Parts: sequence; structure tokens; C-alpha cells
Amino acid sequence: MPQTLEACAPPLHPMAPRMTPVTRFIRESEEVFTFDLAPERAMPFAPGQFNMLYAFGVGEIPISISGDSKAPERLTHTIRAVGPVSAALGRLKAGDRIGLRGPFGAGWPIDAYRGFDVLLIAGGIGLAPLRPVIYWLLRHRAAYGRVGVLYGARAPDDLIFRGELDEWRRTPDFQLRVAVERAGPEWMGDVGYVTPLLSKLRFDPADTVAMICGPEVMIRATALTLEDAGVADSRIFVSMERNMKCAIGHCGHCQFGPLFICKDGPVHSYDRLRNLLACREL
Amino acid sequence: MKDLADLLRHHPFAEGLDEDTLALVAGCAKNVVLQPGDYLLREGAAADSFYLVRHGAVALETFVPARGPFTFLTVKTGEIVGADWLIPPYRSSFDARAVELTRAIAFDGKCLRGKCEADPRVGYEMMKRFIPPLVKRLQSARMQALGMYDAANA
Amino acid sequence: MAAQMDGATAILTVEGLEALLQAIQAHGYRTIGPILQDQAILYGDVSSTNDLPRGWTDEQDGGRYRLMRRGDDALFGYSVGPHSWKKYLHAPKLRLWTAERRGDDISVAPEPQPDDRLAFIGVRACEIRAIEIQDRTLVGDLYADPHYKALRERALIVAVNCGQAGGTCFCASMQAGPRVKQGFDIALTELLDGDEHLFLVETGSDEGRVLMASIAHRAASEDEIEAAEGVIERTESSMGRDMRSDDLNELLMSNLEHPRWDEVATRCLTCANCTLVCPTCFCTSVEDVSDLTGERAERWRRWDSCFTMDFSYIHGGSVRASAKSRYRQWMTHKLATWIDQFGSSGCVGCGRCITWCPVGIDITEEVRAIRGCDASAEEPQ
Repeated sequence: MPQTLEACAPPLHPMAPRMTPVTRFIRESEEVFTFDLAPERAMPFAPGQFNMLYAFGVGEIPISISGDSKAPERLTHTIRAVGPVSAALGRLKAGDRIGLRGPFGAGWPIDAYRGFDVLLIAGGIGLAPLRPVIYWLLRHRAAYGRVGVLYGARAPDDLIFRGELDEWRRTPDFQLRVAVERAGPEWMGDVGYVTPLLSKLRFDPADTVAMICGPEVMIRATALTLEDAGVADSRIFVSMERNMKCAIGHCGHCQFGPLFICKDGPVHSYDRLRNLLACREL
Repeated sequence: MKDLADLLRHHPFAEGLDEDTLALVAGCAKNVVLQPGDYLLREGAAADSFYLVRHGAVALETFVPARGPFTFLTVKTGEIVGADWLIPPYRSSFDARAVELTRAIAFDGKCLRGKCEADPRVGYEMMKRFIPPLVKRLQSARMQALGMYDAANA
Repeated sequence: MAAQMDGATAILTVEGLEALLQAIQAHGYRTIGPILQDQAILYGDVSSTNDLPRGWTDEQDGGRYRLMRRGDDALFGYSVGPHSWKKYLHAPKLRLWTAERRGDDISVAPEPQPDDRLAFIGVRACEIRAIEIQDRTLVGDLYADPHYKALRERALIVAVNCGQAGGTCFCASMQAGPRVKQGFDIALTELLDGDEHLFLVETGSDEGRVLMASIAHRAASEDEIEAAEGVIERTESSMGRDMRSDDLNELLMSNLEHPRWDEVATRCLTCANCTLVCPTCFCTSVEDVSDLTGERAERWRRWDSCFTMDFSYIHGGSVRASAKSRYRQWMTHKLATWIDQFGSSGCVGCGRCITWCPVGIDITEEVRAIRGCDASAEEPQ
């Protein structure tokens, strides 16, 4: 039961972007960057929802919102430059304008799990769509049980949100473990894959909700490990990626079995995905 | 050896092990304390020991010329360091270095192999404790080898 | 928009039908219907009954379509051709918006909504079902496609009950035809008896009734109503194909690794013909273009197909790289997951995908194979 915001009146031309100024641009790592957009009117969004971002004359891609849902007058996006559109977005600077459509999709159902222990497991840039949940948890810390965040990345240089990682690490009652796949001797954190670190976190599986965002192979391995630990599959949520052209359920590209990743997701509960994830090339 | 059996009893490795076996294998063990930077194992050297980490952290690493040492796994409290003592020619395939003050139980591999040979029941108990973490490490190593974080979504 | 049939029946002659066409045009509609072109019966602009494929029919089978002369002057004596009405309602290529940069300012102008009034002449029952299915997909959800919606709301539907079933037809199996039951303004049944050439007319909307009231016609006799019934019954009993359809969602989704997918992949060319001729396939892609100065950019939408590699491309490669996975995606979507998504099958049994497959892959045959039945045992004789 991922949550969606009450739909405001759908725009007359749902495919037409609103040109929106970039107000801040930060380089996170060699390949990853973050920027803020200042929409004309605040654009309320739920953690886990995404926007379609259009680079003038180049194209449009779906990008999760990585900022705080409490401050919807600023829309933060964290992007890894891998294709022509993301590369074009990576050349932006404050003051430039890009096209914006959104927010779209069903987000993380964090509000529905007050009282639960919460585990967030992120791989690579998958930390970005989960950051709004972290902000939410920090703001509503008393409403939740134990909180644990696992973040896996390729190498220390690839870590994003480094300043905040340090802050979160110092936050009381906030378990954060960062694992890189390889590191030099200066790295004092964990080295290895992210999933085994679950055993290092304290949580009560019977009352735990888990949220996973990362590559599909990581999702599969992590969901199984969580189940083995006793977390119910209906309380494991994952964010999925597929090709998307419209984000409004019309273009057909993002189908995953019966699901449209754009409107049924991107966040789905694992009990709905298990059989689909098991099938190759679905 | 009573003290060592006690230490061993509190390590997850020994969970469910009966007292006799515990006492038997404790005969091959000693308590060690490692300072940050101390090496537990050296690549290419004889692998005559393995370690149960009681407290601390150990980096498994290999040295890459012109780039320096690369850590590919950190082993922490409750886990095992060293598997090469199990298979001939008992030679360590990586370096293991304490990254913080580490307390561990060190086992004499030759001694334990002898006890396992002598009593296959003990050997089977030991195998049941070694294989799961090794298989899990293999699974994780595969994921790391795939380098899939590069394919992560946003 | 068209509504339920109201039971009133009238009779028109061929001249009467001509008058109806003229009346529709006089009401401001662009009349579109069947025409002979490129050795097929396509949909195009028709200004009079003389433009209709009088006396022509078609012979259809897996990978086979051929025009033939009929022994009479039937105007609608053919089965459906490669075109469907989606070519008008859900344009194959459409500019969505234009963006212009002036200094630091960029403005985006959405494409104006069309105000064309389209009258579709000769719409079959399966095609009405197909349009209803596309309605659900393109306007029946949170977001409506403004272009489709504008055209659809203004469209007039003159339906025809099929006087014959094509060689690849199986609308009866999909409960989509051949009888036109709803969703029309005017429905015709062509009655050919010796020298007599008449059309039994039912109206299904106020607009249909207004149009009929504006032209000369007479009431239908009991015999004529019965004759029209007979036409539909004969068509229904002579379907070229059949397919059990009540259990397809469970059947296909529990057989995602059935060896038949590998087998069909050895034949499938992934040419996308089936998706282009399918009256319900709705998938599109977008293309962003800009002029040489970089001051002006446009986004175009065009039909796309799940049979292309690009369709499922994400960073690193295509999710559905094999022909097997792409055929499986198309067929399971059409027959199974469509039910989860939109509450009905995506198939109307029109048979186009069978006829226009260059290697004659037959969706009804593929279902039978997955069901594990011996296909030959199910055929009569």
C-alpha cells in the first residue's frame, strides 16, 4: 500500500513540462550531482515520488526526488550521469532552467508504519530516493522504533551525501552502516557487500518495515535476506526502475508484468513483486 | 584451558557445541590481542592459524602495485578470519590486518585438523560452522565482483 | 458520445445511405471509411458511397491477405483490414509541444487540441470494443490524453454488423462481436437478397436519431429484422478462429517459462507488425528534436512497439533482449496483464495480428499450445 498524495487536478497537457530554474548545484562525486529546482508554486510530494526532468532539446528522464518533503518549495534531485540527458543535466548551473513534470508515482509508505522498526537499504545512487525517508524519520524520530540504514557503494570516492552521512552517524538512536566494495587503508568503515550487514543491525523482525532501493540484483538478495530474518514480505518495499517515456501510464514502456512502474510504483511491496522478479527479462 | 573454553562458548562460532567438543577444540586455541596495524595473516605465508574475532575489526586486503593495499572485506566481531588452513598447501591467499584493537581466539590449524581427522564427528561439527559463513562470503563476493551498484537506479 | 442501442429500426436503400453520408457531412463531420488502396481495404476519407469498396471482399489467413471480387455489390462485404481507427484517434505521430528560447526565457506551448469532428463509417463490433479499450487506457485513468479525448468526444460512429467472418476472426471468442451492441450512433446491417440491397438501421444516440430523422427512410419489417438477425448469426457461427478466453490471465502468468515461448521465438521476426495493426496496442515513444540554432525544440510522440530493443532500454541495456521475452511481453500483456491493468482483455479477436504477421504466427494457436492441447485435435475435420 504505497502512498500517493491526493491528486491535485491533473494538468490540461500532462506531457508539457514547466520550465523551472535551478537554484543550487552540487557535485557529489565524479559521476553524481545534486541540484535544487524552485518551482513557481510549492509542489508537495511524498518521499519516493519522482519527477520527469527535461533538458532543453535533449530529452526527458525520470528522477526521484532526493530532498525533504517538508520543504516542497524546493525540489532536490540527485543524478548519476550515464546517458545524454543526465549528462546534459550535469552541465547545469544555478540560474539555468529545465523542464519539470511531476510529482509522479507511489512513494515509500513511511507514514503508515509509525511504531515500527525501520530498515532502509540503499545501493549506489539508490540512497537518493531514500533520503526523503531519512529526513522524515529524523523529524518524526519518536514515532518509530529502532532505525537502521545500510548503504552500499562501489568505493569511498563514490559515496554521496558525505556530510550528511557523518551527521547521521553521530545521530543517537540511528544505526548507519556504510559498506564499500573495495577501499584503501584510509577507509575505516565496512568493506564487503551491503546485505550481510543486516546482521549487524538491531531490529525486531516481527515489527519491522524495510525499504530497499538499488540495482535489481541487490533488491532480490536483500529481500530474501530480510525474509530469512523474519520480516514479512508485505512489509518489504522496493523501488523499481524501468524505461519511462510519459510517467502517466500511457506510453507502456515501464510495464513489469501487470504493473506500471510509473503509476503503480515506483515503490511496490515485495509480496507483489516476488514472482515477477524471479522471471528473467519480464 | 577452562578460560579459553569460556571465551569460545561466547563466540557465535561455538553456538550449540557440546561441552566435550568445546573442551577438545579449545585445546587448539589461544587468546590473542591485536593492535591496529598488526597482521593476522600474510599473503603467501603459511596459513597455520585462523581466528575467531571476539571484538574488533580486521581488514582482508591485497596489495596492488602502484596503488597500495586494497581492502575487499572487513571482518568484525563474531566472525571468522582465515580459511586457507583448511586446504593444502595451507598458504594464506591474502593479508589480514587489524584496523582497530582486536581481541580474537587464534586456532592452530594443524592441531584442529588432527582432531577432526581423529574424530569425524568433531570434523563434521567444525565443517557445519565453517561452511555457512564461507558460502555467504562467496555469495557476497560474487555480488561485489558484478559491481552492480553501477546499475543502480535513481 | 455514442450510447446504448434503443431498439428503433429503420430501412435505408443504397441511395438512403448516400443521403445519410451527406447528412453527416452537412453536420460538420469529416467522413472516414473503407477504401480500396494498395491492394487492401484501408480507412481513408470517403465523400460518398462510391468511395466504398463495392463488390470487394478479402481472404485472410495466417500471414495472408488477398482482395477478391464478390458476386454482389456489397459495400461492407469485407472483414477488417490492416488499419484500425486508432490511426485517427491515437495518431501514429503527433507533436506534443513546442519550446522556444528567448534569451534566458524558455516558453513551452502545448500543441492545440484538435477540433476535428470525425465520423467513422463501417466500424465493426470488435473495433467498437477496441475503441472502448483505448478509452480506458488513454482517458479513463488519472491522466487523460488531451488529443485523444478531444477527438473521441466529438467522433460519430456508424457501425456495421459483420456480414461475414474473416479467416482469422475470433471476436465471438472474445465476446467482442460480431453483433454491435453498444458504443455507436448508428448501426447498419447490410441486407443483400437478389436485386435488393438494403441497410437495416438502428440508432444508438440522440445524434444518430437526429441524423436519421433528417433523411428519407422507412420502418423495418419483421422479415427484414429477422433477416438482419440471420446475417449476424451466420457470421457468428463461421468464425475463422476460436480461442478459449475465460482463464487466460492465470494460464499465461503461470506459464511464463513454458517452452512454447522459446519455440515461437524461433519464428517471430520481432518486426512489430502485430502491434501496429492491433487496434488496442497503445504504446508510444517520444522524440525530442531541436533546430540548428538551439532556440527551438519540439517533442513528438510516435507509436512504439514492445517488440523493439529500445522499448525496454535502461542504462546498461534492454530489459527484454531476447525475442522470446518480447513476444511473451506482447502476448501476456494483451491477453493477461491487461485484465489486471484495465479490467478487460486487450484482445478483441479481430485477427489482424494473425493476418499481418509475415510468418503467420497465430495468437490462438499459441494459446492452445500453452494450454497443452494438441492443436490439430481441436480443429473440426
